[in-house]
Amino acid sequence: MIADKTYLIENTLKVSERSKVSPETERKLRYIRREENLKPVIFVGAGTCGLGAGAAETIAKTKEWLQINQVDADVVPVGCIGLCSSEPLLDVKLPGKKRISFEKVTGDKVESLLSQIFAGQMPEQPVLGQFEAQEGQEPWPGVNDINKHPFFKPQVRIVLENCGIIDPVSIEEYIARGGYKAYLNTLKVFTRSELCDFVEKSGLRGRGGGGFPTGKKWKFALATEADQKYLICNADEGDPGAFMDRAVIEGDPHRLLEGMMIAAYAIGATKAYIYIRAEYPLAIERLVIAIEKAKEYGLLGKNIFGTGINLDIVIKKGAGAFVCGEETALIHSIEGKRGMPRPRPPFPAVSGLFGKPTIINNVETLANLPTIINKGADWFAAMGTSTSKGTKVFALSGKIATTGLVEIPMGTSIRDIIYKIGGGIAGGKRFKAVQMGGPSGGCVTEANLDIPVDYESLINVGAMMGSGGMVVMDEDTCMVDVAKFFMDFIQRESCGKCIPCREGTRRMLEILESITTKPKNRETHEPLARFKGVMQLEQLGRVIKDTSLCGLGQTAPNPVLSTLQWFREEYEEHVFDKKCRAGVCQNLREYSIDVEKCTGCTVCAKKCPTNAIIGSRKSPHYIIPDKCISCGACMEACNFDAVKAS
Amino acid sequence: MSEVVKEILKQYPDAGHDSLIPILQQVQDKIGYLSEESVIEVGKHLNMPASKIFGVATFYNQFRFTQPGKYHIQICRGTACHVLGSATVLEELEKLLKIKSGQTSRDKMFSMEVVACIGACGLAPVISINGEFHAKVTTESLKNIIENYRNREA
Repeated sequence: MIADKTYLIENTLKVSERSKVSPETERKLRYIRREENLKPVIFVGAGTCGLGAGAAETIAKTKEWLQINQVDADVVPVGCIGLCSSEPLLDVKLPGKKRISFEKVTGDKVESLLSQIFAGQMPEQPVLGQFEAQEGQEPWPGVNDINKHPFFKPQVRIVLENCGIIDPVSIEEYIARGGYKAYLNTLKVFTRSELCDFVEKSGLRGRGGGGFPTGKKWKFALATEADQKYLICNADEGDPGAFMDRAVIEGDPHRLLEGMMIAAYAIGATKAYIYIRAEYPLAIERLVIAIEKAKEYGLLGKNIFGTGINLDIVIKKGAGAFVCGEETALIHSIEGKRGMPRPRPPFPAVSGLFGKPTIINNVETLANLPTIINKGADWFAAMGTSTSKGTKVFALSGKIATTGLVEIPMGTSIRDIIYKIGGGIAGGKRFKAVQMGGPSGGCVTEANLDIPVDYESLINVGAMMGSGGMVVMDEDTCMVDVAKFFMDFIQRESCGKCIPCREGTRRMLEILESITTKPKNRETHEPLARFKGVMQLEQLGRVIKDTSLCGLGQTAPNPVLSTLQWFREEYEEHVFDKKCRAGVCQNLREYSIDVEKCTGCTVCAKKCPTNAIIGSRKSPHYIIPDKCISCGACMEACNFDAVKAS
Repeated sequence: MSEVVKEILKQYPDAGHDSLIPILQQVQDKIGYLSEESVIEVGKHLNMPASKIFGVATFYNQFRFTQPGKYHIQICRGTACHVLGSATVLEELEKLLKIKSGQTSRDKMFSMEVVACIGACGLAPVISINGEFHAKVTTESLKNIIENYRNREA
């Protein structure tokens, strides 16, 4: 068995080096890649998002149908191809035919789809497209190429290359597609410092947040003498609104492992950790299998392929603290302490985990490495803008027609991403803003939609690349509410170590809360206090930015500062007119009773906590605006639909 | 119960400080929460005061100190979910179950917890019940979902 594995790897290397392999081997590889299949194969997108859309039932119904009709076919759960809004996705690959992909195949649609396709007819189910033809595969007539689909056409897929296409639990398939070739070549060709130079030359920058050049960072750790060095893969992805790390791990776990092996070699680490959030059970499950398989193939462990190099990869589950995305906090968490950051220097690259040199890289950064090694630093550096190279994966969500994961070359305009790939705003509404970079980021408005995505341009408009979440907002979104949402999040997630962040964010949240509720008493100083709070909001934000210890605190006021910068008039409306134009801030709503509909049942008056409703039995009631606290209890209580909110 | 904890601790002979969080995670996986006795037992094993363990455990969102319900509901409060109305879903759920986040219903059937982001933003708003995902939840569909779980019991 082991001999067979070595044979597989050696031959894959030969294929990649364009030296000859026997036609027999080539056929075997094609068979593993399922390009030449003897029996039909059905692929179902079963990442977390696919399962959320009902992929488990799709798989169950598919198996049921195959059994009833006695059809011999393989059912392969794959990761997410990135098109979340069309899930569940089901692909069929009949022998001798091209692979064809159908969208929105929920359990109830499986039977008719499979009956038709196995009877040689074109099913009625909406088709996404067919995959690129391999030799000897017959195309489906009248079906578009999947690469011509508006969602996929502008994309350049490096990190997501295999996601949703290959069987994530099969190391054989990964290898047959040229996997682990980059790692084995690296061990043969590069010295450690050459590898660091190579990656630095490619221009790869960290994809997790700040965007520090990866090769440069490695050099710090390489230059530090130590008996033990560590590599940590940060797969915590605490950033709400981003899910590319999860998708990569679920869809192509071996790519991450290969990237980690390369990075570990570059810095001379013999032990590596994957710090992954516990909310991603499926990703953890796939990683466990992948690590097991890699060990079996001799890619992990002692004396890897006779090179004398050792590497172990261990999974550490995060315990749910946003601050652990910060390097020093993450290290404390692995050490079994509270995840609190510490001042730098010393930087982790010099003194990190257990006091040893440690490099922390994000999932997407690591997943880029195999392709960079395979295709060359120049190839990678040719993509993108002058400061930001390669591609970036964005998670499109919110009020957009097509939600999902997109990978585009750096420099693509935000407008293209939202309108060309994402299909514009859902439901014909007007675009308002797109929130980028999560709680550390900011909003990009209509006026800045044409800026190219690269690290610097985004910073210039007050947003941030961050981990790549893109949450689209339309006219029904209240920007003050969005700012409040982020402040609430950060206030809860602040580790509490330094005062500006702990107390400052709480104060900011209080101010935002006061302007999104109606002043209770007009005679007191409350309205004045509201106003004063807003005046201080900006200054408070700047102080927190300047005086906080770690990245979390230093970026904590960003959502507020950014919305203040671009949507000041909305803040002013909330403060002066006590109005929320989007109708989101419930406490600013004004309630009134429709006299025509009111029957005088007194239910609302009984429910009102402030006795703001007056009226006698069997005659229409009336709300005293000054007493009303806009809780909405009356509206809920009314059985005659007589209470209106504006 | 302590048998379960002992079984887990057996897997960590000569464990150091850095095994604390994985041990706690395993204990919570097995018995659903961190009971006082289990924390004390873990402390004895790692040679750490229980106060220190509580200090670490309370820092992280994941750890619970009360028995969860039979069906543990996680409500995603990520940005995408928020923009698409998860605040209303949360409110509705609190009303339906008559509990707040972090609590368990009286009949021990449901417990709920707000989580930062489940990572299924394309299908927002999302809730997960015992790991089973429910996408594009509305106040109406939520009623059906809860009803379905209640009927499973009946």
